[in-house]
Amino acid sequence: MAKQIFKRPEALKDAIFHYCPGCGHSIIHRLTAEVIDELGIRERTVGVPPAGCAVLAYNYFDVDMGEAPHGRALAVATGIKRARPDLIVFTYQGDGDIAAIGTAETIHAANRGERLTAIFVNNGVYGMTGGQMAPTTLIGQTTTTTQRGRAPLRDGYPLDLSQMLGVAAGSVYVARTSVTSPKSILKTKKAIKKAFQVQMNDLGFALVEILSQCPTNWKLSSVDSCKRIEEEVVKSYPLGVIKDTTGKGH
Amino acid sequence: MAKQLMRGSHVIGEAATRAGCRFYAGYPITPQNEIPEYMSERFADLEDATFIQAESELAAINMVMGASMTGVRAMTSSSSPGISLKLEGISYIAGMELPAVIVNIMRGGPGLGNIAPSQQDYFQATRGGGHGGYRTIVLAPHSGQELVTLTMKAFDLADSYRTPVILLGDGLMGQMMEPVSFPDPIDPSKLPKKDWVLNGTKGRDTRLIASLHLDPVEMEQFNWKLARKYAAISEREAQHESYLLDGARFAVVAFGTAARIAKGAVNRAREAGLEVGLFRPVTLWPFPEKELRALTRTVKHILVFEMNLGQMLEDVKISVGEQASVHFHGRPGGVISTPHEVENVIKKLMYKYELDK
Repeated sequence: MAKQIFKRPEALKDAIFHYCPGCGHSIIHRLTAEVIDELGIRERTVGVPPAGCAVLAYNYFDVDMGEAPHGRALAVATGIKRARPDLIVFTYQGDGDIAAIGTAETIHAANRGERLTAIFVNNGVYGMTGGQMAPTTLIGQTTTTTQRGRAPLRDGYPLDLSQMLGVAAGSVYVARTSVTSPKSILKTKKAIKKAFQVQMNDLGFALVEILSQCPTNWKLSSVDSCKRIEEEVVKSYPLGVIKDTTGKGH
Repeated sequence: MAKQLMRGSHVIGEAATRAGCRFYAGYPITPQNEIPEYMSERFADLEDATFIQAESELAAINMVMGASMTGVRAMTSSSSPGISLKLEGISYIAGMELPAVIVNIMRGGPGLGNIAPSQQDYFQATRGGGHGGYRTIVLAPHSGQELVTLTMKAFDLADSYRTPVILLGDGLMGQMMEPVSFPDPIDPSKLPKKDWVLNGTKGRDTRLIASLHLDPVEMEQFNWKLARKYAAISEREAQHESYLLDGARFAVVAFGTAARIAKGAVNRAREAGLEVGLFRPVTLWPFPEKELRALTRTVKHILVFEMNLGQMLEDVKISVGEQASVHFHGRPGGVISTPHEVENVIKKLMYKYELDK
């Protein structure tokens, strides 16, 4: 009998993703599920999905899931985790969710050092609602609400939430990665794994920001979307570890 | 247990703890700051309890939402402007069918208003308040001892019906000190097990707690389910107090602090020989509609007294229909009426309708 070398992670349900072709969510879902499997925590993990394209994440993750109002995922997750510290709790949020309407909940969860893992998917637009400007939209980028390009003095500057969270004393691990190539996908998986391990070791707040492609709203092909991240988006949002104090006696 | 003199806000905190509440999140706002203060200290000695001073009212209600998903009895408290902020979360909690207790120690409004006692949030509390046509059970205490019983009852109702319950007081209820006694505390581990909580999938299928129903038919079915639940609550849970209504020819209808003032007014009018009593709704939703309608068999003239400009008045009118004449006296918040003032209104009306003869 042939040896099985590739299979669906246990933490993913046998369901077909509703995401658009070329969208980064499917990859990030899979990576998160693989990490949950590898850490052996599926039976004690609770996920909190956002409002946005990933609102239906509970159709895919084979773990307990509790919905949150738009932007409030880290407050809801705080309630779950504090009430049941033995559970592993992660949020899965887009840029509008975590860095606009939920900025306060995010910064304060990090600042309290909540033992939570946040997966932050940054594609620079509000995808679900049709491609409006997000807090993370690049200067000059056209969206449905910045049809002549984002002008900072009218629309504000791109918000680097992860840098801000790196300043918060309660954050332990903050990293920015992408999913544009096999190499970057593997790096992302490593970062997600570490972000879960920080929680399992009771160290504090961990977040992985993943630059993700949105071919539909960017009106680019999948390949060109990946190219745009690698050549353009990373200039505003450089990849790498923003903060890591896991080795510093936390 | 012996009686002790306690401030209303502290009574709420102690009663909640004794009801098995083990999660509290809140944000400072006057006149209810003594609740988070009390909870922070009371929970400090309980290993299984969590107190969080949240960064906002929004965060506080959402933390309560998350905690409730795990099955723990959870509470937040605030005052009028803060409750407005919490309404988003309360709507979700109703839509997720989660139990939660929300205390509103009302103050003057609209906007920032002031910190004086008021009952201007009656509409907000009894009509759901937030979006989506949901309801919350609303309990209106009028004394320190009733703060004990209704706070504890709020947790039982929230669990029984998996619904948010509002304890609706005002600055006076929160600040007034009265002698109270408490029942023995409930051991939270002895409470009925909840078979819907998020606690990991070990040995079972995954669970989902969500208010999203994208399928139109599913959405409608869910709202019919909520409607059946609300009908059951309306049928079973309406509660009121009849005060000196035996043989009364005239009735005052008032709740909470206004009812407390009205009792003084009724006592004075009785001393003057007038046959008047008080009908006091204890639950504002469900409103004790049938019970009030039954009263109109003997009482044909009613005075509604509120610390607003006539909100419960609408429920009274709906309840009695054409069976009684309904009058109103109220002050819109900021200034508290005296029993003497209300007594004068009672007398004027009773003389007018020749009920003194």
